[in-house]
Amino acid sequence: MCLGIPGVVVEVKGTIAIVDFGGVKREVDSLLVPNIKPGDYVIVHAGAIISKLSPEEAEETIKAWREVLEALYEM
Amino acid sequence: MRKGLREIIKVYRELSIIKDIVKGIHKLAPKVMRKYGADKLKIMHVCGTHEHTITYYGLRSLMPENLELIAGPGCPVCIAPTRIIDEAIELSLNYDVTLLTYGDMYKVPGTKMSLAAARSLGGDVRIVYGFLDAIKIAKKQNKPCIFLAVGFETTQPTTASHIVLKSIPKNLKLIIAYRLTVPAVDYVLNQPDIPLNGIIAPGHVTSITGAKAWKFIPEKYNIPAVVAGFEPLDVLLAILEILKQHLEGKFRVYNEYSRVDSWEGNIVAQKYVEQAFNVINADWRGIGVIPRSGLELKEKFKDYDSRTLFDVKIDYSIDLPPGCKCGDVTLGKAVPTDCPLFMRACTPSRPYGPCMVSSEGTCAVWARFGGEGKVKELAKILGLDNIV
Repeated sequence: MCLGIPGVVVEVKGTIAIVDFGGVKREVDSLLVPNIKPGDYVIVHAGAIISKLSPEEAEETIKAWREVLEALYEM
Repeated sequence: MRKGLREIIKVYRELSIIKDIVKGIHKLAPKVMRKYGADKLKIMHVCGTHEHTITYYGLRSLMPENLELIAGPGCPVCIAPTRIIDEAIELSLNYDVTLLTYGDMYKVPGTKMSLAAARSLGGDVRIVYGFLDAIKIAKKQNKPCIFLAVGFETTQPTTASHIVLKSIPKNLKLIIAYRLTVPAVDYVLNQPDIPLNGIIAPGHVTSITGAKAWKFIPEKYNIPAVVAGFEPLDVLLAILEILKQHLEGKFRVYNEYSRVDSWEGNIVAQKYVEQAFNVINADWRGIGVIPRSGLELKEKFKDYDSRTLFDVKIDYSIDLPPGCKCGDVTLGKAVPTDCPLFMRACTPSRPYGPCMVSSEGTCAVWARFGGEGKVKELAKILGLDNIV
């Protein structure tokens, strides 16, 4: 039930944000992550934003792991 | 221009890196087993969405022979006490109220029936996607509305924020049945009959609690804890990291899901939860009482408690229906196929036990996508069993 769906913030209206989930737009609660702005990637759970999503961090993780894997093969 | 979501996900589904990681797991697992003289390694995850990823993508079929992936207590719907469901059913049938609940809870069998059955008998039961929807519906109703609040750490803060800010309409009352996964994992690790070699921690619970919530795992139990996301690559990386830590002999919390989770977590959310609720000892369906694993409304918010308005006495609840193995499945002591009722008396369209209901219940996931054996057979037929 802790399913979280990634989306992009389109608009912020007070404590409500409009989030675009790949074409489907929905009003969600933004009380828990108050500093969002349009263009931010967010994770939405049960109608509320619970966290921001950082695409840069996603790439970093993969990059770091590629290095680990290379080291692994030399073991 | 930043990348679109689809492009980000694409990186996580790239075959070449997935193959490399699977090869890595096959390389490290025997080394770890040799190091401990063990003939089996067991890694537990505690999230229904992880079970979905593992089963849907057939990850068990990619694991070395003696590396087991076990599903732990990761489904709040499966462990919501029967008496809570019974109470909600009684309210919907015998009182003039609107009962609001999540879609998963709607179908879970209580002692006599489910909320879905109560609706078919005339109860005003409605499904909501989130607490915001419950507020919207209550504002339009001129009779009491009752929200059945179940869920883990991820779900609790939204309700808590509206309680603290007092932005809940007067006619909306709550039945709080929130449970905490962190003490539940501690409880599972304390069980002497399930020796585990590592925990894959739930990524979305951690977005609230922060990765720091899991540091008791390496400190108290001397095994790795890896916070993971929900792409197949995330789960595979978590397994590889657990093996790596075993070979290095140093155990810590590793946050693989750093694109969403931080060490400290969502402090705003944590504060709301602290202000709205007290932590109490709580019962888990099929398991029993786990110390400090549930929440109740603080005294000053008792006006929101459904029980201040309706005192429904339930004395007939039974924990699990006879023969159901949900308790053992939830604790990782049994797999769904160990249960004689699985896919016979208990199916997704006619669930008998609670783990067969939610899309995140282990039995429901296995029923839809097949368990370990079926996936391995299928992989063989398709010639996919020799990826490494």
